[in-house]
Amino acid sequence: MVNLLEIRDLSLSLNGKKILKNINMDIWEGYIHAIVGPNGAGKSTLASTIMGLEGYRNFTGSIHFKGQDISQISIDERARMGITFGWQEPARYEGLLIKDFLKAAAGDKNGDFISEQLNRVGLDPEDYTNRAVDKTLSGGERKKVELASILAMDPDLVLLDEPDSGIDVETLDKMFEVIKEQKKKKRTIVLITHSLAVLKQADHAFMFCNGEIIQKAVAKKVIPYFENKCIPCKHKNIPDEQGVKLE
Amino acid sequence: MNKESNLNKTNLTKELSHITDTEDIFNRPDVAHIFIHHHKVVQSHLLPGLKVDVKEFEDHIEVSTLVEKDTIIEKPVHMCFGMIPENGIQKMVISTELQENSSASFLAHCAFPNAIDIQHIMDGNIKVGENARFKYLEKHVHGSHGGVKVYPHAVIHLSDNAHYYSEFELIKGRAGVIDIKYEANCEAGSVLEMVARISSKENDIINIKEIAHLIGNKARGFLSSRVAATGNARAEVYNKLTASAAYARGHVDCTEIIKDNGVVSAIPVVEVSHPKAHITHEAALGSVDSKQLQTLMARGLNENEATDLIIQGLLR
Repeated sequence: MVNLLEIRDLSLSLNGKKILKNINMDIWEGYIHAIVGPNGAGKSTLASTIMGLEGYRNFTGSIHFKGQDISQISIDERARMGITFGWQEPARYEGLLIKDFLKAAAGDKNGDFISEQLNRVGLDPEDYTNRAVDKTLSGGERKKVELASILAMDPDLVLLDEPDSGIDVETLDKMFEVIKEQKKKKRTIVLITHSLAVLKQADHAFMFCNGEIIQKAVAKKVIPYFENKCIPCKHKNIPDEQGVKLE
Repeated sequence: MNKESNLNKTNLTKELSHITDTEDIFNRPDVAHIFIHHHKVVQSHLLPGLKVDVKEFEDHIEVSTLVEKDTIIEKPVHMCFGMIPENGIQKMVISTELQENSSASFLAHCAFPNAIDIQHIMDGNIKVGENARFKYLEKHVHGSHGGVKVYPHAVIHLSDNAHYYSEFELIKGRAGVIDIKYEANCEAGSVLEMVARISSKENDIINIKEIAHLIGNKARGFLSSRVAATGNARAEVYNKLTASAAYARGHVDCTEIIKDNGVVSAIPVVEVSHPKAHITHEAALGSVDSKQLQTLMARGLNENEATDLIIQGLLR
């Protein structure tokens, strides 16, 4: 297994509070990984730190992508190296047409990728190509448009933050289909989630609690723990001693 | 070098039409057009019911346009105003009247591609008769020097049930100085919509003053300004909408976005003096949204490319 992304001893504090504590993880190329845990566990913070988003740059430790230290480089440089990020709630752009949004993501790629990507996420190009990425789109439609923009970009590593948030079952199924397609193409996906349904899409999972990884294993092994211990847990983000066994 | 001296009327027309992307309209007998370079008409083509009277002077040009009663002009009338030289003043006194039940839309292309120090002054008087429909789109193409000072000033009168729509657009090139002053009176049942969309950069200065008075019952008005100010550009928008008649309705909308050292201000004024009138206003001023920016950067655009795309969308 080839490490596409390597995180070593990563810690991050926000407003004086330690959010990520000594994180070590390897993201293998061509696999679907899940970062799973309750709200406030630090999952989205980790994804934001990997992408280098504003406010998440001041960490200790290291992040290497394709063997290169990316700690100090900007978001767009990371994107051009092959990393991208899908937001839990995608941005709205007044007046910006979906076709222009997808073109921007596609960069220099040629061909009829706009229709192709819209079709892949289940949006009819005839209805959506010339619509704006604005408030007239529902939350689910915006998620699909964002996913289409990621497909248009065709990156090596996709960080998807809460991909099931605010979308209906049909849209979620479409999203899972796309994730499976990406796996076939040997793309690497990291799903940030607290949903069992999303976790089940992963090959490998990291169980987060209170800013720490409390378990990492093939997803099949993490699922029972998440289902039986984490979901019903009464003390969110206070890790159970028994849970702390890294594999 | 005086570029104008090297150009005859045909070349001027060609150059202006090339810059404004209007070359295809010359061979269209169904499309009216008038091309004015500096203070001279270089080419025109009119249609039945559309009359244009021009008086050329050394220091200005007077253009009176009349759309006769009941005339419906199907295709937009193309008006191309501009100056190829680097320096000079183009002063236009415009009088436009649409008589009752007529309808026409005008597409004005204003091109100053080489401007170092050019003033484009327009004093307009527009009358839209009963049940008439008037649409005016003014699209500016400026060069990269920022040497254009544009002063479009107009007084507008809408008769009963008249419809008026105007749009001022400058998205590409440097704005230079833009000083818009429009004031309109709207009679019963009339509808007025004024839109300005301007992108300013470096040391550009934008002043927009749009005033509309809804003086007739059920008159409706909408004033919308969208301005982006980047670099050291400054923009000030003053929109005033008054309503003094029953069931008059209106809305003022101002969106301004800044980047770098840009400064924007908005003064929406709404005034209601009839108990059955209603006006609302909305202003949003701020920098480019961080999430929008970071999303595009996460797709590989650098900060400037991402900002340009966001502004382009906002000004659409």
